[in-house]
Amino acid sequence: MLELVNVSFGVSQDSQQKDILKNISLKLEDNKFTVITGPNGGGKSTLAKVIAGIEKPCEGKILFNGEDITELSVTERARLGISYAFQQPVRFKGITVFDLIQLASGEKMSVEEACRYLSEVGLCARDYVRREVNASLSGGELKRIEIATVMARRTKLTVFDEPEAGIDLWSFQKLISVFEKLHRENHGSILIISHQERILNIADEIMMIADGQLTACGSREELLPQILGKTVNRGCKAMEG
Amino acid sequence: MNEITQRILEEVAELHGIPEGAYNIRENGQSIGRSSTEEIEIGTRKDGKGLVVRIRPGTKKKSVHIPVVISQSGLTEVVYNDFYVGDDCDVTIVAGCGIHNAGNDASKHDGIHSFFIGKNAKVKYVEKHYGSGDGSGERIMNPETIVEMDADSYMEMDTVQIKGVDSTVRKTTARLKEGAKLVVMERLMTHGKQQAESYFDVYLDGEGSGANIISRSVAKEESYQKFCSRLIGNAVCSGHTECDAIIMDSAKISAVPELAANHPDAALIHEAAIGKIAGEQIIKLMTLGLSEQEAEEKIVEGFLR
Repeated sequence: MLELVNVSFGVSQDSQQKDILKNISLKLEDNKFTVITGPNGGGKSTLAKVIAGIEKPCEGKILFNGEDITELSVTERARLGISYAFQQPVRFKGITVFDLIQLASGEKMSVEEACRYLSEVGLCARDYVRREVNASLSGGELKRIEIATVMARRTKLTVFDEPEAGIDLWSFQKLISVFEKLHRENHGSILIISHQERILNIADEIMMIADGQLTACGSREELLPQILGKTVNRGCKAMEG
Repeated sequence: MNEITQRILEEVAELHGIPEGAYNIRENGQSIGRSSTEEIEIGTRKDGKGLVVRIRPGTKKKSVHIPVVISQSGLTEVVYNDFYVGDDCDVTIVAGCGIHNAGNDASKHDGIHSFFIGKNAKVKYVEKHYGSGDGSGERIMNPETIVEMDADSYMEMDTVQIKGVDSTVRKTTARLKEGAKLVVMERLMTHGKQQAESYFDVYLDGEGSGANIISRSVAKEESYQKFCSRLIGNAVCSGHTECDAIIMDSAKISAVPELAANHPDAALIHEAAIGKIAGEQIIKLMTLGLSEQEAEEKIVEGFLR
């Protein structure tokens, strides 16, 4: 279980302090599929980075399975079982898709095994496994490889930051089934930052973050009608960005 | 063959024992083994300063190994090797030099290799440089490669210098006739106070000739690198040169491109990029469980692959 206790995060901009996360407390139960949604600039991606250890909170505590991980590095958190899929996947010259999947799994694996992960995200594995993760790949291809990489880690908690961004419609449908499968088989928690109604539709829990604060939190049945209702009332603003 | 020589041969020529086919192994200034075949003849130059390798026209899928080992501290040598590759050949030439210097005097190998590549011939040239030994004497290598390419010939040159060479000045000059293609992949890593300079002069003289010169390098600690590439287009031709470098610690790197088009249909491109390892690359690998140092090593290893 992941627990955030009064977590705040800010940056100084033009010699002024800007608060991005304000006193956030939340719990992610084991084996739950949670989606965090909310307007753009509300602090969702920052929250994902704080969980992965890429950003350090200025106040508050993060507990993972009862252990205080607030001061732990990205590496230490990864080794404890936290995975993080980048919103904009990173490119590498010379490192192949196979290398990345193998590094993610943390053990030697066969090309066939690596290919299985690629097939699951809808890529023709044979065409991709030996390719470099460089600028020759499109944004959508990189995104799917990113998802395959975190799947290969099979960790207790996987955080996806806007996995739908840059993915075409056909792949999006596939993506939904990837998440459903991951949820079914992985026996871990999944946290997805998303604006997509179809991703919200498969969530167990939904959390809403706006202006750096947790404004709503509850089961899908409870929250989804409210969120969609607001969307209509506010002319889609709540869901946009 | 002693253990040091064996280890160096493995490093520079991936040789485990005596190679198949034609070879010459040079150790501390002398040939310690040589073998010619029916198609590939290895002889000594008239002036005695190196080898003459003649490959019969039409020779296919054959290789020549000519590694050099220096394990005697203070040895300095200049070697001239000439390669005559006949028309329609398809061969691999593996050169390479390793210096093990356990003493305090500088050891130096300057290898000047001239290639005369026949019409429609295909050559893969592999050259690996390596240094070892804990003496304070420098390990110096200054390779020079001169290539004359006849019509429709193809040469792929793969040069690697990853470890242990204190100072190197590499010069490559190539002249290409019609339809000839040259592809160069240079990989270089320097550390400590090492210095490495690499100069390419490629003359695209014939119609339809083409060259692609790619350098990937990593400069660590206080090392220094300079990469100069000149592409001279004298006909309808295409040329591309690319220098991609990772700079670390307090190293210094210069990339000096020069393109000269002496024909209106010469299409020449230069690309150069020098920069640190992107922070997000390190973070990405850390999210997979690698430490910062492991991530850096992985990125460098991939980059120089």
